[in-house]
Amino acid sequence: MPDQPLLDVRDLRVSFRTRQGSVTVVDGLSLSVAPGDILGVVGESGSGKSVSMLAVLRLLTNPNVTVSGQVLFRGRDLLSLPDKEMRAIRGREIAMVFQDPMTALTPVYTVGWQIAEQIRAHEPVSRKEANARAVRLLSDVGIPDAASRVNAYPHEFSGGMRQRAVIAMALSCDPSLLIADEPTTALDVTVQAQILDLMRELNTRGSAVVLITHDMGVISQIADRVLVMYGGRAAEEGPRRAVFHGPRHPYTWGLLDSVPRVGGPRLRRLPTIAGMPVAPGSLPEGCAFAPRCRLRHARCEELPVLSAGNADAAHRDACWLPPDQRAALRLTTRTADSEVAS
Amino acid sequence: MTAQDIAATDPAALPVGDVLLRATDVTKHYPLRADGLARRHRVLRAVDGVSLEVRTGETLGIVGESGCGKSTLGRCLVRLTELTGGRVEFDGRDISTLSTRRLRPIRPGMQLVFQDPQASLNPRRRAGDIVAEPLLVHRYGDAAAVRRRVAELFDVVGLSAAHLDRYPHEFSGGQRQRIGIARALATDPKLVVADEPVSALDVSIQAQVLNLFADLQEEFGLTYVFIAHDLGVVRHVSDRIAVMYLGEIVELAGTEALYGSPAHPYTQALLSAVPDIDDGTLTADAPVRKRIVLTGEVPNPVDKPTGCPFRTRCPYAREQCALERPRLTRTASGREVACHYPLVG
Repeated sequence: MPDQPLLDVRDLRVSFRTRQGSVTVVDGLSLSVAPGDILGVVGESGSGKSVSMLAVLRLLTNPNVTVSGQVLFRGRDLLSLPDKEMRAIRGREIAMVFQDPMTALTPVYTVGWQIAEQIRAHEPVSRKEANARAVRLLSDVGIPDAASRVNAYPHEFSGGMRQRAVIAMALSCDPSLLIADEPTTALDVTVQAQILDLMRELNTRGSAVVLITHDMGVISQIADRVLVMYGGRAAEEGPRRAVFHGPRHPYTWGLLDSVPRVGGPRLRRLPTIAGMPVAPGSLPEGCAFAPRCRLRHARCEELPVLSAGNADAAHRDACWLPPDQRAALRLTTRTADSEVAS
Repeated sequence: MTAQDIAATDPAALPVGDVLLRATDVTKHYPLRADGLARRHRVLRAVDGVSLEVRTGETLGIVGESGCGKSTLGRCLVRLTELTGGRVEFDGRDISTLSTRRLRPIRPGMQLVFQDPQASLNPRRRAGDIVAEPLLVHRYGDAAAVRRRVAELFDVVGLSAAHLDRYPHEFSGGQRQRIGIARALATDPKLVVADEPVSALDVSIQAQVLNLFADLQEEFGLTYVFIAHDLGVVRHVSDRIAVMYLGEIVELAGTEALYGSPAHPYTQALLSAVPDIDDGTLTADAPVRKRIVLTGEVPNPVDKPTGCPFRTRCPYAREQCALERPRLTRTASGREVACHYPLVG
């Protein structure tokens, strides 16, 4: 069944009960990941990208959190699964890698023990067999001299090696989906390049990947599909090439234009997105980006729905601007910028 | 975007002011506690023989990976840290040996902006008082004059008078960084050393703060030393860039030259590792950058390799690299490289 997505999230809503009342952090998010695909989820802090993935794995256990919607994994709704079955999926079918590897590893056990534990939790193998597999995994993720490093403690590893160890742990049960939340943000660029190569390789072995990041460059290098989030909602979604070569949402334009690049012309002033990212809890009724948008108009009071504007049905965006004039409108925002500059 | 927005690459447009800051063979070593039986005193060489000049009105970028010593160097340059060796001259005076008392009248001329505005602003003081502090320390004037100056500074960095009485936690990250910048500008400095001032900010806010840095430089003729790990950011702000590796400068060149044709293998590898955005505009005219993925990680600065510090990861390393430490030398094209076999002359 090539058409059935591996992960199909429908109308996901996450809200937190706070002293100031209920705060919606993810607001009607839908996304899907095909087997073997890499989906890049990009957005600024508070856009709901991490929380939505935690909700998918049912890791939001705080009683003040309400999650609704559907999370279909191979057709089964994870949100209504009994805890025991969910535990069998988590780690085995869907693995997760977090930004800070030190918090994902316990400091009191060796790295090898922690990987072996994960294997033994999901498969009926002997301690010895699990240990041997841990060595193989560490060597697979590029840790030199894995046979002896397997007995090292996390503090004896560098940041890059720790992230490799966490990835090794995630791979231990050959998951069909890996969710990686800012896996390279804490790392230096040269190490980041190594980790991205590792994720690419793992993907060619058949795992689908959801990569959460704020770095458009990373997404541009690795993703098959891109989801741009703003204020807990999807702003734009589509194949990588379509989104990067012909971005349609004004927020995506801003994200792409405001990053200083290592190539191309050097600008004296960077184009900016006015104002600040919307705070969860003060989400407007209509388009979340409207207060910062240069092309705001009356229609923006109304909540835009994700829709395909042109022939490419896979490339959708949530914006009320006329779909056939986006490229020209993008140019007008750029000229507006240089007027502000001069 | 119009032609005037594109920063001039014409060398004539580069600032040609006098040397404001000169560092000569600056070293900063941290002795480590002797561990167990090893009696030998081990030393962490955070900054190991750095020489550079910063001219009035220019921005010198310092770039490198974590642990390369760029922050320590920044602190040495304004003598926030005592040097182990070498000297730093600011505005013609050797500040590396001055007593604290002698240094005080010079301090207003050189200020710092820190990475984390959360940690560098006192949470128990109001924003206005934080910015007033350097004015009080340096006896700027009476209370009314200080108040006027603070209001003026708030205006300059894009904050309003309504913000004066708020506490740091009431501000967003970008606004907090603006407070830090206002505080640095309070004493009307000539030199501002900014240590990763935008790396904690979201991209849209980062662009706003970078533009503020550019505006302030234009308005007040500031000289910047801009320390960052983000190669896109450093390229955007800098006239010249020093690339650091294990406490040493491996290459120092004009921004266009450095990014156009890196001379040091480490600079080349660093640039090639940056995931650039492919938006369909680059591929047409720009040469496709060869990706060089370095193996391994940065060695421990306690056990630096002999000879060239980069040789253990360098794809071009030869025998001589292990034997002899390359000096930072000026090439025919005017850039400085510390490599026995530079990629370009």
